[in-house]
Amino acid sequence: MKTLINIKVNGRAWDLAVEPNRTLLDVLRHDLELTGTKRGCDLGECGSCTVILNGKPVNSCLVLAIQANGAEVLTIEGLAGPSGLHPLQRAFVEKGAIQCGFCTPGMILSASSLLQKNPKPGEEEIRTALSGNLCRCTGYQKIVEAIQSVGERGQG
Amino acid sequence: MSEYTVVNSRAPRVDAPDKAAGRALYIDDIRLPGMLYGAILHSSLAHARILNIDTSRAKELAGVKSVVTSQDAGLVKYGVSPARYDETVFCHDKVRYIGDEVAAVAAVDLETAMEALSLIKVDYEELPAVLSIEEALAEGAPLVHEEYRGNIGAQVHQEFGDVEAALAQCDVVRTDTFRSKRQDGGFIEPQGCIAEYDANGNLTLRSSTQSPHYVQRTIAMVLGIPIGKLRVIKPYVGGGFGPKVAANAMEMAACLMSMKTGKPVKMNFTREEVFLYGRARHQFVHTLTTGVNKDGTLVALKNECYLEGGAYSSFGIATIYYAGSLLGGPYRLQNMKYDAYRVYTNKPACGAQRGHGGVIARAAWEQQLDRIAEEIGMDPVELRLKNMMEAGDVSCNDLKMNSLGMRECIEAVRDGSGWKEKKGRLPKGKGIGMACGFFVSGAGFPIYRSDTYHATVTIHVSEDGGTVHVYTASAEIGQGSDTAFAMIAAETIGIPLDSVKISSGDTEFGIDLGAYSSRQTLMTGHAVKEAAVDVRRQILGVLARELKVDISELDIKDGLIVFKHGRVDFSHVRTRYSKEHRGWQGLPKGREPLTFQEAARIAYLARGTIVGRGKYKPAELGGTHKGAAVGTSPAYGCSAQVVEVNVDMETGKITVEKMTDAHDCGFAINRTSVEGQMQGSLSMGLGEALQEEVKFDQKGRILNPNLAEYKIATSLDMPNVEPIIVESHEPYGPFGAKEVGEGAIMPTIPAILNAVYDATGIRFQELPLTPERVFMALRAKQQAKGKNPADES
Repeated sequence: MKTLINIKVNGRAWDLAVEPNRTLLDVLRHDLELTGTKRGCDLGECGSCTVILNGKPVNSCLVLAIQANGAEVLTIEGLAGPSGLHPLQRAFVEKGAIQCGFCTPGMILSASSLLQKNPKPGEEEIRTALSGNLCRCTGYQKIVEAIQSVGERGQG
Repeated sequence: MSEYTVVNSRAPRVDAPDKAAGRALYIDDIRLPGMLYGAILHSSLAHARILNIDTSRAKELAGVKSVVTSQDAGLVKYGVSPARYDETVFCHDKVRYIGDEVAAVAAVDLETAMEALSLIKVDYEELPAVLSIEEALAEGAPLVHEEYRGNIGAQVHQEFGDVEAALAQCDVVRTDTFRSKRQDGGFIEPQGCIAEYDANGNLTLRSSTQSPHYVQRTIAMVLGIPIGKLRVIKPYVGGGFGPKVAANAMEMAACLMSMKTGKPVKMNFTREEVFLYGRARHQFVHTLTTGVNKDGTLVALKNECYLEGGAYSSFGIATIYYAGSLLGGPYRLQNMKYDAYRVYTNKPACGAQRGHGGVIARAAWEQQLDRIAEEIGMDPVELRLKNMMEAGDVSCNDLKMNSLGMRECIEAVRDGSGWKEKKGRLPKGKGIGMACGFFVSGAGFPIYRSDTYHATVTIHVSEDGGTVHVYTASAEIGQGSDTAFAMIAAETIGIPLDSVKISSGDTEFGIDLGAYSSRQTLMTGHAVKEAAVDVRRQILGVLARELKVDISELDIKDGLIVFKHGRVDFSHVRTRYSKEHRGWQGLPKGREPLTFQEAARIAYLARGTIVGRGKYKPAELGGTHKGAAVGTSPAYGCSAQVVEVNVDMETGKITVEKMTDAHDCGFAINRTSVEGQMQGSLSMGLGEALQEEVKFDQKGRILNPNLAEYKIATSLDMPNVEPIIVESHEPYGPFGAKEVGEGAIMPTIPAILNAVYDATGIRFQELPLTPERVFMALRAKQQAKGKNPADES
């Protein structure tokens, strides 16, 4: 039995009919073809499916699509502006914060949420904010440096 | 100032903008029209005979398009090393671990496929299982494979020099046993694939693999497909670290079901299936006996090793050899004996993981060297400086170090960490430790016996000039190989990096053995360089004839033609180019320098499409003993690390506070990427030292097949690393480059162990150093002290 929901994703409103057991992650990746949001574990452990739901970072694999009814969602595809990559995305590129890239969308969204609340975070605050986003490639240091560089420039 | 304009810089990765924007496509992001979804039925028992498999109800379920078992897949055996092909696509006689593949289903959606799996009825006769090295080796233990008596799937016995005689002469001889735990790769992207069989009988497999070539060869052999009709494409891959090198049963099941249905079939591992499939680091138990002279000279090493291998061999034959051949060096040790046994158990197969085979051996030995240094009253850094190899040295097992910046690495971390001020002077609970290591820059031989090239590369120059396109079957899995190759091509031809495009990871682009054994930069890098030289030679050759000058007069720099001895009249070339581009904006004009673009166009008009070709295979390498193929490499990277820890003496929790790492990568093609490999390696080593262990229950079920309970390092666990790049200019590497991807992990675990000893006075001979293990050891030490107050030192 499908339920009608209305969600706004990256500024665009959608009316969708979804099964009650469908996750927000499924709907983003399958129904809306926004595959920048990654599926790494489906258990809320790796953070690669992080999106911003009503201003807060969430693991979209743990949110039912019907729970997102009426909500505003920001995915990695919505972060870049008309003039190109968001400053955080540019910093990740320039600082070597990306290796395999699978955790990158979630990392960047977690970081953007942090910078919204705290435009100039210290290293510990950054590390704490990223602690739910696992990365096996980088050792986190260049990710932290990228976020710090954006904070210092006050571009978050 | 660098003599180079592109390499040795910090150029941003060519794939980073797409990855940052969420546009990079990984396997699970790809959807094909009419695609079916597949799933695998895994064994629920660790060891059982299959009496019957009834798929009739699954086949009747609406939406199910294919159900396959060993009857469909056949019984061709495969694996990694041809000497140990011990797997079939699906189990037929018995299952050997919980997770073993029994059947697969393809259906219109994943839910239907999963429901169909639940309708397959398998009758088992449960057999007693062996779940540890000790159980497997016990007298009369049940056999995992009937043909391997005693459950020993492989054994190695090597001796270089005369170890017993040498030990008898030593002033100090120590024996220690060290035990690690089974690891998981912990890459964030689970494996997945899409097989697509077309109406002409061509099969295309897209897979999250580290080696399209090995996957292509294995599947062609198992399913009986001509190699030219099977194309393997690697999309972006979310990390591999070893377990994604070999072909897996999921890929073969997807191919088989696509061939049966004529539709694309997509399959993905769940996170639990990543753990069930395994193929990551073995459990190792090393007993090391090292003999030294009073002056600290290392004389002899006896290495006895047992590897818990799981149910199949996978990469294990290479692993067992590496666990011997990656000791000895980077020290001038003359006598070494190695006896090892890889043991089958009823658990998921183990295989390769970053630092293949050598990581635990290195951890055990570098900790033992620290103990020896203490016994003879020598600083651990001095012990290593005294014994280290230098460029030109050959190890006792015939590994030749054509370049080796070991001294530079050791001195750099000693000085960079403040070792002299800190060692022995830190307060209780704080400690500092160091260790060294080395690793191959690519396996000297392919995994199957062959004279094949290890890499072939072509570079196509656009007919309009200006841009070049590098085609390679190499595997960008996150390490940055695409960027390194684009940089090598740009530097060699003499054009800016943004004039180079690269397409990789496709078996149609040539031969490349893939991303393992830290081989891509050196081996594929050579082939890229050779292809780029070929492009340059062809273009400058035509230009020289057009301008009636000798080719040696010409050079290309920053995309411009350079005349070495004064200006040459090239106006007719420019005029010709301009006439072909009437109406175009921004053309080079007048007396502006002649561009690569114009020269490339002239070359195309004379010769047709300009294609440069490059290839690589190692020259003859040392070693004639059995097993010499594992460990020999054209070049070796090396590294030294100093780690500082804080141990909470109440709870046993270890915090790594600082890591100083120096790595000799020969020459950094991309400095940022080299640092990234160093930092990433240390992060994996830290996780392995302190947190990671795949745990099993009494039935052989994995207790923690998820990333909450299998704990890889988080951003809060990893400290900042000071990465120091040492460049020893390897004569056999492109631009002098050699490995960094795996060697950097080698010293991490022992440096942590040695720092923990410095902090606590306790030597840990078993991993991981969880707070529980450390707490119990601290308590035991305390109690022992209480009983015997004399033991205060």
